[in-house]
Amino acid sequence: MQVPAPFEYERATSVDQAIGLLERLGNSARLVAGGHSLLPMMKLRLANFEYLIDINDLHGELGYIRLGAGEVRIGAMTRHRELLESDALAEVFPIFRDAERVIADPIVRNRGTLGGSLCQADPSEDLSAVCTTLDASCVIRGPRNTERVVSMEEFHVGPYETAVADNEILTEIRIPVKPYASGSAYAKVERRAGDWAVVSAGAAIWLDAAGRIADARVGLAAVGPNTTGIPEISAALRGQEPAEALYELAGAIAARTCDPVTDTRGSADYKRHLADELTRRTLRTAVSRARS
Amino acid sequence: MQVTVTVNGVEYTKEIEGRLLLVHFLRDVLGLTGTHWGCDTSNCGTCVVWMDGEPVKSCTVLAAMAGGREVRTVEGLANGAELDPIQEGFRQCHGLQCGFCTPGMLMTCRHLLDKNPDPTEGEIREAISGQICRCTGYSSIVRSVRWAAVHEAASK
Repeated sequence: MQVPAPFEYERATSVDQAIGLLERLGNSARLVAGGHSLLPMMKLRLANFEYLIDINDLHGELGYIRLGAGEVRIGAMTRHRELLESDALAEVFPIFRDAERVIADPIVRNRGTLGGSLCQADPSEDLSAVCTTLDASCVIRGPRNTERVVSMEEFHVGPYETAVADNEILTEIRIPVKPYASGSAYAKVERRAGDWAVVSAGAAIWLDAAGRIADARVGLAAVGPNTTGIPEISAALRGQEPAEALYELAGAIAARTCDPVTDTRGSADYKRHLADELTRRTLRTAVSRARS
Repeated sequence: MQVTVTVNGVEYTKEIEGRLLLVHFLRDVLGLTGTHWGCDTSNCGTCVVWMDGEPVKSCTVLAAMAGGREVRTVEGLANGAELDPIQEGFRQCHGLQCGFCTPGMLMTCRHLLDKNPDPTEGEIREAISGQICRCTGYSSIVRSVRWAAVHEAASK
């Protein structure tokens, strides 16, 4: 029987009350949202805490998808299923629906949250790659109503490590909506349904009125210590006319700049091949969506 | 700590450890052994129950998290001696052989039919994609759900 080591259970009733608990309990406490990453790690004693603070009651406060003119704001407690089922979100950023279709399984998606996925900071985690691709920023709230906004690069300090301090909570993700025709896509290769990615890639494209690439971003998962955005690809694509040769170039850059390791999911060479292929594939889809 | 959970319409208040998982609370504390305990890793899905109307894997939910919420287990499907149509479907179409995965399958498929009374084979297979059956190859589970869908539609 796998059970976590003993801990004290607390239930948060508001964001501010949760922060108050975190201030008091320090690094002996951890927030638990859906729990589908944290509880398995605690069962395996890979993570041990004296206190767990259940924030599921904060879904009313932090579970939302708000579409504004220049920005989409998504609450950290928004569950995978809600991200998958939101037609409005899929309309603006179809990459979310692509990714959510291949994250875990429908039952797990009923519990897992956007904020929990990002805070887990697993290098193979799909929503981190999505948020990196979309140039999202993370809103982190701390004691006395202080709030700071960090980029995904700043948010991910290292594997399983984020910029969120012991007395802080990730409350919201903000994604810029640029004034261009946009398209985005996600693709993942996994060993079996619902598994972690062998490699996955996200792409987002913004086309100007002349149909040229105003901006482009690619985010890869499972090929380095963090989910990695690749500025070199963005630089190579900006100002260009979308074309197959350009996707090949981007794929080559992805394969060259990523940093995979050989493990049970595949060899480093195979993962580089996938980074190349999935970069091309997602760029192709993103462009066709931006044009439609 | 003390927790109060409503299971199949009955309210239970029990003294538990914070680390107790919902599956063990149901089986060992309440004696509701219809919910099965399988892989412990949220992969196999035999422990699926509903919490506030949504299927969850009860091996990866703390009993404390269910405090103040409504849980429905496989014991809550039948109405006395009258089986729920999804149970009858599994019986009619051999939706089980060893029966180990069945409680989780039934809870997920009941939820599917409530949301989508006329699911396609693809939709059924997607709905149970987080659950493992080693006997049926899933074909007879798909047939069972279709049986329930057709009979429910006919009885309305």
